[in-house]
Amino acid sequence: MSLRIQTALGSGLAVLAAALFAAVLCCDRPARARAQGSEIVAQDYASPLEVLLSPDGKRLYVLCQQSEEVRVLDATSFAVIRKIAVGQVPRGFSLSASGDRLFVTNSWNDTLSVIDTGTLAVVATWPVGAEPSSVVEDRAGKRLFVANRISGNVAVLDAQTGAEEKQLRAGRGSSYLTPSPDGSRLYATHIYPNPQPHRSGLQDRSAPESEITVIDIAHAVVVDRMPLHAIAGVFHLAFSADGRLGAVAEYHPKNLVPLAHLEHGGAFADTLTLFGSDVGNPVEVPLDELELYATQPFGVAIAPDKSRIYVSCGGSEMVTVVDVPRLLRFIHTHRAPYTQDLSASANYVVTRIPVGQNPRGLTLSRDGRKLFVANRLDDTISVIDTRTNRVASTIALAGPKTLSVLRKGEQAFYTARYSFQGQIGCATCHIDSTFDGLTWDLEPDGFGRDIVDNKMIEGVKDTEPYKWNGGNPNLPTECGPRTEKYFWRSENYDDRTLTDLVSYVRGLAPRPNRWRRPGSELTPAQERGKALFERSQDKFGKPIPETNRCSYCHSGPKGTNQKISDVGTRKPTDNSGLLKAAPLTNIALTAPYLHDGSARTLEEIWTIFNPEDKHGRTNDLTKDELNDLIEYLRTR
Amino acid sequence: MKRIGMIAMFLAAGTLVLAAPPQMPRYRFENFTTANGLPDNHVYSVLVDGDRIWAGTENGLAVYENHAWKTYTTKDGLAHRAVLSLALDKRTGDVWAGTMGGLSRISGGRIDSYTQLNSGLSNDVVYGVSVEGENVWVATAAGACRLDLHTDQWALYNERNTPMIEIWVYGVSATPSKVYYAVWGSGILEYDQKTGRWDKYEDPDGETEMVLFKDQGLIHEITTSVSYVDNILWAATYFGDSRYDGRYWHNFLTKDSGLPSNFTNAIKGVDAQRAWFCTDKGLAYYDGVNWAVYRPSLKDGKPEMTVRDAQGNVTPVSVTTAPAHNYILGIDFQGSDIWVATAKGLSHGIRQKQ
Repeated sequence: MSLRIQTALGSGLAVLAAALFAAVLCCDRPARARAQGSEIVAQDYASPLEVLLSPDGKRLYVLCQQSEEVRVLDATSFAVIRKIAVGQVPRGFSLSASGDRLFVTNSWNDTLSVIDTGTLAVVATWPVGAEPSSVVEDRAGKRLFVANRISGNVAVLDAQTGAEEKQLRAGRGSSYLTPSPDGSRLYATHIYPNPQPHRSGLQDRSAPESEITVIDIAHAVVVDRMPLHAIAGVFHLAFSADGRLGAVAEYHPKNLVPLAHLEHGGAFADTLTLFGSDVGNPVEVPLDELELYATQPFGVAIAPDKSRIYVSCGGSEMVTVVDVPRLLRFIHTHRAPYTQDLSASANYVVTRIPVGQNPRGLTLSRDGRKLFVANRLDDTISVIDTRTNRVASTIALAGPKTLSVLRKGEQAFYTARYSFQGQIGCATCHIDSTFDGLTWDLEPDGFGRDIVDNKMIEGVKDTEPYKWNGGNPNLPTECGPRTEKYFWRSENYDDRTLTDLVSYVRGLAPRPNRWRRPGSELTPAQERGKALFERSQDKFGKPIPETNRCSYCHSGPKGTNQKISDVGTRKPTDNSGLLKAAPLTNIALTAPYLHDGSARTLEEIWTIFNPEDKHGRTNDLTKDELNDLIEYLRTR
Repeated sequence: MKRIGMIAMFLAAGTLVLAAPPQMPRYRFENFTTANGLPDNHVYSVLVDGDRIWAGTENGLAVYENHAWKTYTTKDGLAHRAVLSLALDKRTGDVWAGTMGGLSRISGGRIDSYTQLNSGLSNDVVYGVSVEGENVWVATAAGACRLDLHTDQWALYNERNTPMIEIWVYGVSATPSKVYYAVWGSGILEYDQKTGRWDKYEDPDGETEMVLFKDQGLIHEITTSVSYVDNILWAATYFGDSRYDGRYWHNFLTKDSGLPSNFTNAIKGVDAQRAWFCTDKGLAYYDGVNWAVYRPSLKDGKPEMTVRDAQGNVTPVSVTTAPAHNYILGIDFQGSDIWVATAKGLSHGIRQKQ
């Protein structure tokens, strides 16, 4: 460790201690809000995530995730007309075809709020699938389509009663829905890559695969899946008014090469996939250029005259503006692929407009002259004049004037400004403060060595040491020197920023477990599984050594004894077989498993990777007993 | 004299009418083999999905659409090349394929596969699959199971929690009220969806090839297929077939019915009265009274159709086409047409006007 880092770490820890004390004080407040998973953040900030204009353009609806409300603004004066409380951690909203109802998906309590836009009141709250993230009503007003992130589906509901008709299989982490301009098709995207159909060996790692799920709205069936090769993390999608051009914002990870080579070409390409008759075969185009990365592309809007595509870039704090005619000319005169070409975007990106912190949802006025951008982490809406491509005004949503430690930490988590050339931020891999479903080659120890699965970070507090091998003794080390050295390849955080960041990460509370019944009562299968988890004898009556019991290594409320051991999962590409007992928090959500992601499912941990019973005594179990054990693990 | 003549003519005509065989459906069979696009001639299963036809073959899952075949293989994510069974989720349009190496879900062209190693599936050899509501019911070589699509939870059914003695489960038919499993060597297992209770139907003669008690129960323990339609249970075994209305059993054997063979691979009820029987000696149709058999002749391979009336009179019907082979493994309906899986190709029976 260099002297510079040691010094920074030493002073950082001192500041950290004070800040954590302040954070603990915050914990004592009767806070009910959760902002991207933080229970210790009081409900002070609005955190606007999405914006919508009413059909007549007179109202601006703002979905405020942290204050858990929809704010209704006058679209001219921007005066607040009404604040409408909705459910926990709302994530998506849309207007009905007639504009008389506003639907809001509440991602943490699995409900849909129905707002009457005449009275501006919630008139119904319907239960939906796990982690609803987006909603669209068909034009006939008969059906609602809801993208459920944890369920990985698009549920079809009766638009009048909310009764679920069926669930359509979508991509993993199903999140965003966009209808085609003619209302005949619905396009669904997803934030985690789909499971690999074949379990490839570590010598044969393959690029992630994602899709755009195409649904026939009239028949409510999946009619197509547009493959998105090498894409992991797909967000909003938009169509031109004539329906001839579609564009979707996405991450193109380069996880098959060591991340330590950030300065040699980047860890991600931030791209759009274009499709439709204007394009021909779908084509992926980069938004990045040297020193100007379009990090964490999220929202997409296409001008009514199809002259421009606007993309909000959450990590770069800007809106990227693409000239559509130039873009089409480029793709028709240059042979793909050009995803890795950092000079390509100069052919069609006309400007990058700085906006607020963590810009997310955006919407255009009907005439296309104004672009509204929700800046999630500084509680503002940027209003861009699309003729000048400048921010004409900034709407401040009422909230605290000062930034709390946790708020600043969340800003540090999402921004890309600390990494080399502003390429990535923590949230690039920890999407919405979770994970990305990918395995990475992080260390500068040669290609293909020590492959590691990216883990969920909610509930990470008090589970040190960190890293799969337990190499980082605490979060300041994990988030500070380790991240700076191996990920950012750039300057260090200053002491306060590191403190803020660590405070934010420590404050990330786990989202509700969807497999646990209310009241924590276990199902019979879960009870049987719990008994197996805690057993001290195998089925032949032989005692199981304490260190080989599930409940020994995965003890405590978070399912880890925080100790290092060898559970027989070392691969030839691993430098060591010694690993920290992984926490079990929301383990059902975080496939793949094991340190290197070699187990695609929980079952494979034991059916394939535990031949000698080193990872717990399990080979005496029948198939139904193993199923019971897994049912219990899902409740953790 | 004239009157007597007329009476004689009338009687003669009446005799002719009485002698005419019953009107049974006639088909013109168009057969698909590797010669015209099928990936393999061994067709284990067939499924009609609107205008699309799915064929489970020994070398992949083939789908026929717009007069062309497309084949899904293990490279596309199919659990195994040999597709033994097929089921359609009518709500979503997803197709479920039971294979020799797991269970695959085909949804909008994407295939997700469940195996005994990567999921809660009890065994990789999936003989039967049936979808009802949120549940996929599966028959495997090591017990039955159910996948709850809402929760992704698996429930396994075997000798430890059902009256099943053998765990070699061959067929399944799931409806909102009842789920039936054909268990090879263990008769028929019934699951009541309301009560969650299991019941069992066995051969009252025990596991013998003799029929001591005709129509007093299931014809044999070695069941292969089951179909529950209009509250009627149709059951196939390797030693004859059965129909059960909840109170009475009626059994079918070659010696006292139009069944061409007691060795029945599959059975599919049309309604409470009518059913199709897929045997090793041809395809049979029963309309509640009469029987028809469709096959290449066992003697010379020429197309053959025979009709058997209630009195047991068997009449040949002149036909020019027949199913691709007399070893029949499966059937499904497309309006008035039928699609038939055979050991040497897939056959499309196009209903002819009579």
